[in-house]
This record gives sequence, C-alpha cells and structure tokens, in this order.
Amino acid sequence: MRTMSFADAIEDALSDAMASDSRIVILGEDVHALRMNLFARFGEQRVRSAPISEAAFVGAAVGAAMAGLRPVVEVMLVDFIGVAMDALLNHAAKIEAFSGGKWKVPLVVRTACGGGYGDSGQHEQTLWGWLAHIPGLTVVAPSTPADAGGMMLSAIEHEGPVIYLEHKLLASYWLYYMGSGGRTTVGFDVPLEGVSGPVPDSWTPVPLGKAATRREGEDITLVSVAVGVHRCMEAAAVLEEKGISAGVLDLRTVSPLDREVLCGAISRSGRLLVVDEDYRDFGLSGELAAVVLEAGITVRYGRVCTEGTIPYSRELEDQVLPNTRRIVDAALKLMER
Amino acid sequence: MEPDLWSLYRQMLRSRRFEEFVKDLWEKGKISGEMHLGIGEEAIAAGVVDHLQEGDAMALDHRGTPPLVARGVDLVVLLREFLGSEDGLCCGMGGHMHLFSPEHLAASSGIVGSSGPVAAGFALAAQCLRPENLAVAFFGEGAMNQGMLVETLNLAVAWKLPMLFVCKDNQWAITTLSHSVTGGNLIDRAKAFGMPAMEIDGTDVEAVWNAAGQGADRARNGNGPTFLLAHCPRLEGHFLMIGQIRTDQDRDPLDRIQRRLGTEKTRLEEIQKEVDQEIQKAVEIALSSP
Ligand SMILES: Cc1ncc(C[n+]2csc(CCOP(=O)(O)OP(=O)(O)O)c2C)c(N)n1
Ligand SMILES: [Mg+2]
Repeated sequence: MRTMSFADAIEDALSDAMASDSRIVILGEDVHALRMNLFARFGEQRVRSAPISEAAFVGAAVGAAMAGLRPVVEVMLVDFIGVAMDALLNHAAKIEAFSGGKWKVPLVVRTACGGGYGDSGQHEQTLWGWLAHIPGLTVVAPSTPADAGGMMLSAIEHEGPVIYLEHKLLASYWLYYMGSGGRTTVGFDVPLEGVSGPVPDSWTPVPLGKAATRREGEDITLVSVAVGVHRCMEAAAVLEEKGISAGVLDLRTVSPLDREVLCGAISRSGRLLVVDEDYRDFGLSGELAAVVLEAGITVRYGRVCTEGTIPYSRELEDQVLPNTRRIVDAALKLMER
Repeated sequence: MEPDLWSLYRQMLRSRRFEEFVKDLWEKGKISGEMHLGIGEEAIAAGVVDHLQEGDAMALDHRGTPPLVARGVDLVVLLREFLGSEDGLCCGMGGHMHLFSPEHLAASSGIVGSSGPVAAGFALAAQCLRPENLAVAFFGEGAMNQGMLVETLNLAVAWKLPMLFVCKDNQWAITTLSHSVTGGNLIDRAKAFGMPAMEIDGTDVEAVWNAAGQGADRARNGNGPTFLLAHCPRLEGHFLMIGQIRTDQDRDPLDRIQRRLGTEKTRLEEIQKEVDQEIQKAVEIALSSP
C-alpha cells in the first residue's frame, strides 16, 4: 500500500496506462500546464492543448476514439460540457447502438465538478444524474484516491464512452486554483479521507458499475457518490451517537447503477436516504427510489440534494449543497415515521 | 467628434481603484472563489461604454467589472455582490462572473464565448423594438475559437444586427498563448464574415473611443455589426493567485493616459483625489452592514 492524494492517484494511473498503451492521448484546454508531468513525459503529440472549442475537440475525440485512439478528453469543468453536448448526446452515446454493436467509442471525458468554495452556479455543478440520463454513457464519480486511480484505469479500458467526474473538493489542485488561489484567509469543508489515502502498489481497474459499502448499518442506508459519501460518513457517526445504526453505500458509478447491492442494502435496512450533490428533481435520487420500488422492496425514503441554482455567497451555498446537518436531520425524520 | 479624455480618464481610474479594493478584499478572504480582474482593460471598457446611450445593451465575459463601472452601476451594490451580500447587485447569487443589471441591460457569464449570442439577442430586440439602440459583446481573443461566438459573427451580418463585437486581445487564455491554437488572424476572420474590422491599441483610450464611435454609428444607422480587435495587457494574470508573477506592467493603460494628460497636473490630481474619495466611500459603505 502507498499513500497518495486523490489528484496524484488519477495522474499516476493515467501515466502508467499511457506508458503501456500509445493509443491513449490527452486532449483539452491548458493540458500542457494542467497535466504538466504527463506533458513532460509523453510530449505534445499525446498531451495536446486545444483552443476554447469544446464542441470541436470533444467531437473530434469521439471520432478519434472510433478510429483507433483512446482519448482522454478534458472538459475543464463539467459546467462547460453544455457547449460539447451534441458530441456526447447524439454521437458518443449512440454510435455503438446505431452500428448494431459493431462500432465502439472508447472515450474518457475527464471533467472537474462540484461545489463548496463559493464560485457559484456556472462553475460548481455536478450534473452526473443529468449525464447518466443518456443511454450509452457510463458516468463515474469516485470518492477516494484508490477509486480515483482504479476507476481512471477502468474508464480507459472500457470500450464505450465514460464521463469521469473529479470532484474539486477531493482533487486539491482544483480547489487551489478555483477556491483558495493560495490564500490562507479562506477555508473549505474538505473531506480529508477523500483527499489523501491508501492506494494499491500497482493499479488494477476498479470495476465500473459496482458500488462499495463504506459502513455497515441496520436502521437506515445512506446512499451517495463523491463528496456526498464523506458527508454521509460524518452523518452516520453523529447518528450512531443518537443510537441509530446507519450504513453508507458509495455508488461510485452513477450509470450503470449497481442495483443488486443497492436493493440488497435497502431490503435489509428498509430505509433509504439519498444524498446527492446533483439537482434533486428528475435525477439520481428519484432513480434510486424507482429502482428500489421496482424491485418490490417496501422502503421509507428521503433525499438531501441540491435543490436549485447554486448561489455564489458561501453562506447561501452552504444551505443549498448537501451537508452533514441536513443529512442527520433527514435521517432522523425517516427514523420517526 | 472628439473624446472627452478627462471623463474617459475618470472612468478608467474609477474602475482601477475599485478593482484594487476588490483585489485586497479577495486576498483578505472576504470574496470567495475565483477573481478575474479587468485591470489592463480599462481603456477598452471606458472607450466603448462612453458611446452607449439609454436602451443600449452589453453582454460581458468573466471580466465584467470595468464595463459595469463605466456604465454607472452603483458601486456599493456591485461590491456587496462580490462580498456575497443579500444587498448585492444579484442578492449574493451571482458573484463577479454572473453580474446582471436589468436596468442597464447588462448581463455577464462565465461561459467563454457566450457573450456573442446574448448580445446578438439584445441587438435583435433593439432592431425590433428600439431601432436607435445597439448591443455590445465583450470577449477575449481566446473566446474567438468558441463555436457559438464564431456563429454569432455570421448571424450578426446575416441579420444586419446593430452590434459591436469587442475582442479584448491579451494574447492569453489562462496558460495558453492563444496564437498557438488559432488559425489565421482575427481581423481577417471577422472580415471574412463581411463586416468591418478594426485593429487598435486597447491601451489607447482615444483610439478605442474613435473606433467604437465608428462602429456605434454604423449600428445605429442600420448598417450592421462591426468588429474591434483591441490589444491589451493582462496585468493581474488570468485570475488572482497569491505570489503570481506579474508581467506587461509597461503597457498599463492608466499610465498611458496619465502621461498624455500629464501637462495639466493639477487637474489630473484633482480627478485622482475625487475618484479616490468616491471609491473609498463606496467601499466603506459596502463593508458596513446595511
Ligand atoms: C466554455 C468554457 N470553456 C472553458 C472555460 C474556462 N476558462 C475560463 S476563462 C478562459 C480563458 C478565456 O480566454 P479569453 O477569452 O482570451 O479571455 P481572458 O481570460 O484572456 O480575458 C477559460 C478557458 C470557460 N469558463 N468556459
Ligand atoms: Mg485572452
């Protein structure tokens, strides 16, 4: 076991993969600087800086993947993915289906997401549920360094398009650029277990579509991804003090969902509380309820999500994003009924 | 027509002093997130905005402060927005990248290139509802590779929209030298769509004022859009960052106009004093609880 930061884990796994497979290329804005080490190691042919033309270079990444490369294309922040949406919605996601399974698109879209540092609603969204709505896209959002590296590897090896979401509160260089700017006068509620932690001595792929139980619990199951998982762990500790045994399930992959593990956990606890930093309506949280109900499980259900446009003001932002207090309150309410 | 250099100087200085306070407050942690200043772009903002009339509109990028200051947005309310106050311009919802002032028909966005289509819509509304009015799009040279902006160049010509495209060319897009990822030159690109394109020194407020005036006349006379390529420095880097290396200091637009007006030293100092007092007072009020 080694100890590594979330950000280094991604880069380390990516670097290993690029060393052993020359078809892997990185495309995106400012990648010569953002991925300086990979740029130094693999050169500008394989770490290629792009103009601010997301529609063109994400679209080109789709074509490149169809024609033999294995691109890791970067959309700096997931909020900017709107500009490139046609390439993902109508092309990357559909080519395998349209071609009768004959043509695959082994593409990774790497993009930073998430809030908690006061940058407001065009820079702090997560959008994983919105993206997962599209059949044909795999959407992952790791919560630990070990998963960050292992899932980057599995994303690269996957034969279809994968959206790889890197939360800015976990990847510390992003928080440095976007949040602190080197200031010591600002603070953030950073989940330390997610920022740095144990990783395997050599990278092996973490399977896509498999959830991880982070904490066993009998009374209620808290289900989340990315930073929300850490908020759930904190909430579970608070709930324990109140005599409530809360389990925490980390989905890791938003789509395809690990229905089996989800349904297993909920059928045991009978209570599902979804903690989702993405928007509440028409998204992941509702989907989890549907999956559990479809499986015929009787469940008490609640959710703590982002309910509207994320405000700029740190104070307002805190009220909108899921936090430990909101999770505990919602869990207690579910226990009452 | 001749520009009133004294009033342009005042506007440039107001913006500069205001943003210097913003920088200080950001460093103190009173402003959250990123902070993109328009320090170095004041001559462009002042020279363009001076031509705007009641009913004209502006679409702004992530460096929207100087045009809003020049347009007369209340500085207390603007700063309170940066401070995340409920009494801010956008009630603390937007912050410096998402500034909206309906009464000034001014809207900003952090999505690079998006000022193009929005300004085109403002111009379309003007064409239909207020034929004497126009719309300005401010954006960087990096944004000129964004599809939605390039599409808007064409749209504006096709619909003969009363528009000014103002490209603030500081050569950089974050860490990328824009020419290294740009084919051709931007003047030729704009001209290829069939609109007049003027290249100017964006640190020279008089040059900006003259070019913007021609473009504004064209737009108001129903002759369609004009493209301005204004070269400027990026004096505070892409965004604020502690310990950042500062470059281009010898191309400061404020130094330039101060040299130009320097022969009338007392008047210059008078304006400086007035602006200092105005901004100081606005900052004090903004910081005091409402
Ligand atoms: C669609 C989109 N892509 C990427 C970004 C990230 N980004 C913010 S500013 C910027 C550079 C913009 O360069 P330019 O237009 O020249 O403006 P400047 O910052 O130099 O004033 C980039 C890439 C963004 N905000 N929006
Ligand atoms: Mg630029």
